[in-house]
Amino acid sequence: MDAAVRLGRALMPLLRRVGTIAVALWGASVLVFVVLNVLPGSPAQVILGTQATPQAVRQLTIQLGLNKPLLRQYLDWVGGLLHGSLGVSYISHLSIGAQIAQALSVTGPLVLFALIIGLVIGLPLGFLGALRNGRVSGSLIGSLSQIGMAVPTVVAGLLLVIILTVKLHVFPTSGFPGWSDPLQALRALVLPAFSLGLVEGAILSRYVRASVLEQLRSDYLRTARSKGLRVGQALRRHGIRNAAIPLVTVVGLELASLIVGAIVVENVFALPGLGLLLLDSVNNRDLITVQDIAMLVASAVLVINLVVDLSYRLLDPRLKGLS
Amino acid sequence: MPLLRVRDLSVTSGSLTLVNGVNLEVNAGERVGLIGESGSGKSLTALAIAGLLGEGLRASGEVSLDGEDLVAATERRRCEVRGSRIAMVFQEPMSALNPTRRIGDQVGETLRIHQGLSRRSAEKAAVDLLRRVEFADPERYVRMYPHELSGGQRQRVMIASAISCDPEVILADEPTTALDVTVQRRVLDLLDRLVDESGCALLLIAHDLAVVSEVCDRVVTMYGGRVVESGSVAQIIDDPHHPYTKALLATSKALSVAETSLGTSLPSIPGTVPNAGQFPRGCPFRDRCDRRVEACVEVPPTLVRDTRTLACWNPVVDDEPVLEEAP
Repeated sequence: MDAAVRLGRALMPLLRRVGTIAVALWGASVLVFVVLNVLPGSPAQVILGTQATPQAVRQLTIQLGLNKPLLRQYLDWVGGLLHGSLGVSYISHLSIGAQIAQALSVTGPLVLFALIIGLVIGLPLGFLGALRNGRVSGSLIGSLSQIGMAVPTVVAGLLLVIILTVKLHVFPTSGFPGWSDPLQALRALVLPAFSLGLVEGAILSRYVRASVLEQLRSDYLRTARSKGLRVGQALRRHGIRNAAIPLVTVVGLELASLIVGAIVVENVFALPGLGLLLLDSVNNRDLITVQDIAMLVASAVLVINLVVDLSYRLLDPRLKGLS
Repeated sequence: MPLLRVRDLSVTSGSLTLVNGVNLEVNAGERVGLIGESGSGKSLTALAIAGLLGEGLRASGEVSLDGEDLVAATERRRCEVRGSRIAMVFQEPMSALNPTRRIGDQVGETLRIHQGLSRRSAEKAAVDLLRRVEFADPERYVRMYPHELSGGQRQRVMIASAISCDPEVILADEPTTALDVTVQRRVLDLLDRLVDESGCALLLIAHDLAVVSEVCDRVVTMYGGRVVESGSVAQIIDDPHHPYTKALLATSKALSVAETSLGTSLPSIPGTVPNAGQFPRGCPFRDRCDRRVEACVEVPPTLVRDTRTLACWNPVVDDEPVLEEAP
């Protein structure tokens, strides 16, 4: 009994969070649906082209179910989502689920790759920047990260393409060979991942620096030093976990912005990922596909936030038992 | 030779001098109180002694422990001394403990650093230490986190950690100031008893003279980053020579309710402690002093007589004894 109560209490925050997510997803679905349906240009018209007769357009509209009331269309769509069916594309008549899965096999690794690059750049730079604060090397790191932040992803991507592929022929310019040859596939992802990860790494390094500086100035780090630890040891034993608490939020936000950034970068590098699929679908007024992708991105962001929230509880004992 | 000898210790931040030529000595087993208002340089002096000044601050002069100068020593050497021979208790027990580490971990850490104890034996030692600082159920408390403890308990944890390696000197920086009045007494008595038992020396920083007079053997008064007066507790409390010590004493005494009839306002020292760098030239106290004379525009020399020192052009005593200038 007691154990059950305790388990219940431990799960309460999780359940509450899941409830919040459900509400947020519902809101997102309404928003996405409404916005896309007020978008000018009927799908049937776009599919059939400008030469089509009005009759043909009307017929296709009926065929696609677009003549039904909007509420009916919305419920059909959401009902399908709830049953795990993402629907069929207006254009290609392929299962949208399969198309998205195919696109994710590019975008997923791309985002992960970019995140790793961001962490590998941001963490050490931030640490160094904090430890070298007030010295020339510290200011140098600071200005480097400023430059990194100031350069938009697209520009960084194009620069990398020009330098590394057009001039040096190290990497392929664009396209994706598929995962049948993992090495070639990774090679195709290197440049896009770098152009995404560089900026995120620069941003992250600023946060890491601030967070580590705060630790270095904290009273408990001074206490740790008063026990005989050197600054580096004290930081390792007492600072890192505390510094990680605000950073988890930042990494979560960065992951979300990487997903969005991937959409842009995929178009620069012609990668057949979620971004390219989204853009094509918007251009073709393939509304259901667009709606599904928007919902997928929204859920991903919400799940990332959930993981961030839960990880606070692991890092900070003060939050245990709080809701 | 004194155990801890501070000679001409200064702390500077850029062109600002925050602590200016402080001399003080603490003998083995002796308890010295360092008093003065906030901004007098007491805490900085203690931090400089421990070599824990924050970024941008620089110490110069000499801090000798058993004849070994710590200011000139390498950071590696200072780390060997810190925690094992010089321990600190800080003012804010709330922020001085790491919020994400268990109490036992933090109490036993000094032993792990200096005596190479394993995690398990350090935790056992932590239980014993917590018992020494009067935790009734130490086995339970070692597993807790700082936020689960009260302010007084946290400060006892800090004290437990400070005494863990049997240091020769404890620097206690206003250890009771941040606590509820009701638990101040208990923490002070505990510190008093532990210092007594271990025979270690104590440098107690306080702005409350009552606290110092109760616990300490000697008193050092600081103002404007300088030592203005020092002597035995009896000498300073009964017969302060420096106008600043006398004013501090008056405000402190008036706080005991018995001596203040209702309706009369509490005595206070006129003016406020200026910000660093804005003290007047010469004697730093002269702007607020009711005994200032023309000579006060010059820094008064520190005169030594027997066990007392004094830096004042116009001391409180009428029958001015013959003082000889410090070497």
